Amino acid sequence: MNTPDSTNTYPHAPGFVAGDRPRIVTSRFEYSDSYTLQRYLATDGYAGLRAALGRPANEVHDEVKSATVLGRGGAGFPAGTKWGLTPQGVFPRYLVVNGDESEPGTYKDRLLMERDPHQLIEGCLIACYAAGLSQCFLYIRGEMALAQERVAAALNEAYAAGYVGKNILGSKFSLDIVLHWGAGAYVVGEETALIESLEGNRGMPRLKPPYFPAAIGLYGQPTIVNNVETLANLPWLMRNGAEAYTAIGTKTSPGTRMVAVSGHVKRPGVYEIINGVTTFRDLIFNEEYCGGIRNGNKLKAFVPGGGSAPWFTEDQLDVAFEGPQAGAAGSMLGSGAVMVMDETTDIPAAALTLTRFYAHESCGKCTPCREGGTWLERILSRIVDGKGTDADLAQLVEVGTSICPGDFPHASSKRLGLDAVPFPYKMNTICFVGPSAYAPINSALVLFPEEFAARVTKRNMIPVTAVGAAS
Amino acid sequence: MARLSEENVRLAKEIVGRYPRARSATIPLLHLAQQQDGHVTNEAMAHIGELVGATSAEVYGTASFYEMFKFEPVGKYLINICGTMSCALMGAEDLMHHAEHRLGVKLGGTTDDGMFTLERAECQAACTEAPCLQVNYRYRFRVTDADFDSLVDDLKAGRLNDEIPAHGTVARVRQHIPLDRGVGAVPPEDVTEAPAWMDGKAAL
Repeated sequence: MNTPDSTNTYPHAPGFVAGDRPRIVTSRFEYSDSYTLQRYLATDGYAGLRAALGRPANEVHDEVKSATVLGRGGAGFPAGTKWGLTPQGVFPRYLVVNGDESEPGTYKDRLLMERDPHQLIEGCLIACYAAGLSQCFLYIRGEMALAQERVAAALNEAYAAGYVGKNILGSKFSLDIVLHWGAGAYVVGEETALIESLEGNRGMPRLKPPYFPAAIGLYGQPTIVNNVETLANLPWLMRNGAEAYTAIGTKTSPGTRMVAVSGHVKRPGVYEIINGVTTFRDLIFNEEYCGGIRNGNKLKAFVPGGGSAPWFTEDQLDVAFEGPQAGAAGSMLGSGAVMVMDETTDIPAAALTLTRFYAHESCGKCTPCREGGTWLERILSRIVDGKGTDADLAQLVEVGTSICPGDFPHASSKRLGLDAVPFPYKMNTICFVGPSAYAPINSALVLFPEEFAARVTKRNMIPVTAVGAAS
Repeated sequence: MARLSEENVRLAKEIVGRYPRARSATIPLLHLAQQQDGHVTNEAMAHIGELVGATSAEVYGTASFYEMFKFEPVGKYLINICGTMSCALMGAEDLMHHAEHRLGVKLGGTTDDGMFTLERAECQAACTEAPCLQVNYRYRFRVTDADFDSLVDDLKAGRLNDEIPAHGTVARVRQHIPLDRGVGAVPPEDVTEAPAWMDGKAAL
């Protein structure tokens, strides 16, 4: 097996940048045929499944629990703990795989599905075995044609070879994995909306409680929803054990995680990084990763965890990929997506590209998001076009507060003498789409107030009495 | 007239059979209808309703929520240019202007010859390869104005027919569960016990 050099990129995996680091989920990306069963079997494929089936299901569950595999979809909830939330003795239970990746800035699940679909299938099998889940639905985003083709082909191979279906590897473990695909709706990434969509409905999030579909999910049954990358970790974990897994990264954030860095850096790419210890400074400036800002420009701001995350500036570069650290600094790690803005960036216009996204993707169920998102987009557009007034700025905050009451989290700023407001926010909506429409605006307003002040005109307030007198 | 063809009904029944509840097949069947006709017709939605046990209004209710389903004909090639942050930072707006100029339509419009529909899309999960676009959900990365022009030329000349199917077809590979290998879907109310392997012993 050839080892990749420190700056390897592969023509068959555009976007991915390998490195001289442990690779748990991208270990086969160097092979152009990594998606085939033949290559998978030649590179330890399905050995993790065999190891798992050689142990009682509860032991496999315990192993995953002790490895603290944090969910890679956004919330960072440990997978083993999530599996344990299903009510005792209630069956059937289902696994729904969240492959509806569409958070702005994020892509890793797409690569994992396109490049190593068998690894995901093996992860699904291990999860279902461990948690007693009797059917698996693998929900892939509608727009990801190649991922759908690769997973379909891999499932067909795996069924034919006895890795999926009746009596897997000749054992008493039987499982169907059904490929399901969406049709374009960001909010379906929210786990209860994903379940609604899988039931054939409009993909709108369900009222909470229950907070976890583990209690009441698909068809009203206990349902585990796991992210693609989370499940892709399981084959390695079962082959090497929890101890080897937790030896990478930190105690609270073990293993690796995939991070996409885009925007104004010299070498944008998707990197598998060491969890918990790698800092944003490493990622953005080290030669091993992005190698600094393009054209020798200065860093202005960056979004640390997908479009929903409050922004950081150079003051937060030394924050590591550790959930609580990022939270205390006023943001979140989210889905592993960093978007970098250099000094040439028009901050209000950049915020608009995200607010427009969330306004567009609001499902319409909660009024503060349905109405507020559109208001935010319109008002901010007006400001970006130079037609805004100072009253518009106040209105942005008012609408934002109607979606998220109280202080919205933001980063500290030495330049402005500001302290951080830690994550998370309070919200008047069922899901995070509404708050996400406001997150970029709040970040931009708090961290770069001068860019807004320069953009708006003072409105001439005409006293009501004067208007009356004129008539 | 635009109900699902015999062959597609066979496929539809295979898909429906994989789910514990037939309604779950609604979105996959809508894709099948769009693959057949290029867009989703009222007749197809009524037919899908019959296949999954829903009214045509319920099927339309679901379908109209999702961006990918079109209820009017669109161009043979649907070009989606991403305009979300990473692509916007790398010049997506300029690319959209160029595309509008090159095709002679505004965003959302279809060319007179029915070849191209141009749309602004939201994040397509290729953020490091910005600006990016999809043609019928096939990617093009780091697209320059010149790249866009040659893409249009190649599509017009049919040079990309092997790679890019006409609008409506997304994945060209389908899952097929062999009869002798599949476990089969069971309605949830028919299952009350823990699966066989949850007996405290190793499965192998």
